[in-house]
Amino acid sequence: MTSAVATVFRKEVLENIRDHRVILSAFFFGVLLAPLIFAVTATITSKRIAQTQEEPLEISVSGAERAPNLVAFLKENGAAPKQVELSADEAMRAVRDGGVDLVLIIPEDYSARLRAGEPAPIELVVDSANAQTRGNAERARRLLEGYGRQLATLRLLVRGIDPAVIRPLAVQTLDVATPAGRAALFLGMLTYFCFMSMLVGGFYLAIDTTAGERERGSLEPLLSLPVGRGALIVGKMLATSAFMAMSLLLTLLTFGIVLRFIPLERFGMSANFGWEVVAGIFGVMVAFVPLGAALMTVVASFTRSNREAQSWLSVVLFVPLAPILYAQLSGTKASAPLMFVPSLSQHLLGTNLLRGDPIPPMHVVISAGTTLALGLLLALLAIRLYRREAILG
Amino acid sequence: MHEGGRGNAIHDLEHGPRAMIAVENVSRSFGRVRALDRVSFTATDGRITGLLGHNGAGKSTTLRILSTVLRADSGRALVDGHDCARASLAVRRSLGVLPHAGGLYATLTGRENIRYYGRLHGMRRDELESAIAGLVERLGLLAVIDRRAKGYSQGERLKVALARALIHRPSTIILDEPTNGLDVNAVRMLRELLRELRASGRCILFSSHVMQEVAALCDDIVIISGGRVVVSGTPDEILEHTGAADLEEAFVRAADAERAE
Repeated sequence: MTSAVATVFRKEVLENIRDHRVILSAFFFGVLLAPLIFAVTATITSKRIAQTQEEPLEISVSGAERAPNLVAFLKENGAAPKQVELSADEAMRAVRDGGVDLVLIIPEDYSARLRAGEPAPIELVVDSANAQTRGNAERARRLLEGYGRQLATLRLLVRGIDPAVIRPLAVQTLDVATPAGRAALFLGMLTYFCFMSMLVGGFYLAIDTTAGERERGSLEPLLSLPVGRGALIVGKMLATSAFMAMSLLLTLLTFGIVLRFIPLERFGMSANFGWEVVAGIFGVMVAFVPLGAALMTVVASFTRSNREAQSWLSVVLFVPLAPILYAQLSGTKASAPLMFVPSLSQHLLGTNLLRGDPIPPMHVVISAGTTLALGLLLALLAIRLYRREAILG
Repeated sequence: MHEGGRGNAIHDLEHGPRAMIAVENVSRSFGRVRALDRVSFTATDGRITGLLGHNGAGKSTTLRILSTVLRADSGRALVDGHDCARASLAVRRSLGVLPHAGGLYATLTGRENIRYYGRLHGMRRDELESAIAGLVERLGLLAVIDRRAKGYSQGERLKVALARALIHRPSTIILDEPTNGLDVNAVRMLRELLRELRASGRCILFSSHVMQEVAALCDDIVIISGGRVVVSGTPDEILEHTGAADLEEAFVRAADAERAE
């Protein structure tokens, strides 16, 4: 029994290593595509963040001569005001077309109202639908509010009133996010890529060892050998598992190298991705391998042809990813009950490792235990399916 | 030949050679379709038995029941005295099966294909390697055995598939439509090989829907139609039984008589 399992395992690994198509698709995603997508996204994001924080805020000011103090204030606070002459309509058109990011319009009655101590109107033309300029618009709004507060303070002092009376609340935001924590939001993508690389890595083997073998006519003579069908399918699932684990490992190693070249520190993030974290994430994630292999084998065993198996499996690929996408969008935090959900628990543990947060050992036990148990159940189901006569198609 | 694996449940010395394959009243249905209806025949050692019938007559179902991948609904099938349903592992140990598609793994070499089956038969390494060497020499495969099966010609593929089926020295050999889609040279080669195997005392059962194929090779013929055995025996016995002038007429007559019912 065990030597038969080993024989089947060795043959499936050898056969599929020689198949360029399998190797290409198994490792193309994890080793090339995922790190590439990641590097491009990371570079673009880091550039944008760096831009909004370091470069002077470009702002077009129409009627600048009516508010020299305001313009001076803007200059002092890191803005680069540019004089233009635009009516409100022209300014709105220009912003909508994307010709300029922001226009500040200072109406004619600005200085008169200001001197009279009435609220002085100024207009800030922004396009909040434009994600690229939204940050700049926010910066401009904060600057203007700051100028307003400065004026108010001066007026109160002139009247002999403590400016503190108009600040009943002193809100101070204490950001507890560590640099690594901020990066984790971004690195959450990584666990997604890990699952994809595992599933894609075993994809062709799961098909080839079941539906493919039947389609090529090699299944029937194989089943006529004096070997239990359980041993055959277990050997096949182990081969699929080996490819999945290999794909996961290669993906993590590639990320470990790629992340060294992405300037995460430039925008206040530090990538907590040393080799011990790589090992930890591999350890947490690899518990999913038997489950994924058994799941794909069960689905492929139901189908009648290679092609049918491929279309079914492409759908199944997204089943383990759904909880991750949900967690990523809703910002779910790790908790003991969630550790009972395979794929989600690996995602949460992996993210915690990236963030450098401590992980309760109990979480690891529950996560690995339930995921492995479910994998075992599915493997038993695969064995049952293989024992049916209908497996011959 | 190794005699050790054979049982003797149906060993019957008084009535000529032993029946290494015995099919007794086997019926099998798929849903509402009755694929086999009380099929009975025997195939003996040292003879080539042909299972002849049109497509869909029940040949493949019969062979699949013998190779234990399918089960009979009723009746029983015996190989070397082992019951196909109750002692399927023992049956599979004494069987060599050649599927009609060959079923070789394209990215493995011929040697790796054969070795895979030998290992699954539980053969020891030295025993296996010397068995491969022997078959390679006898089948003239030396030039191609370490090439991948992908590039094989029909004849080479057939030879390797046959070597794979014979690696554990089975006493009984089952071939499912072995000549389908083969060119003339490959067919001739196969015939020679089967005669050689017969000479070594093995029991050979093969299925075909081509009358000439069966007539050219077989000592015994079982004609099957609509899931039933219409007539069986040596060619002479069949001619006598059907009253036909030649085997072709006998086949057509027997098959059509069944269809008309």
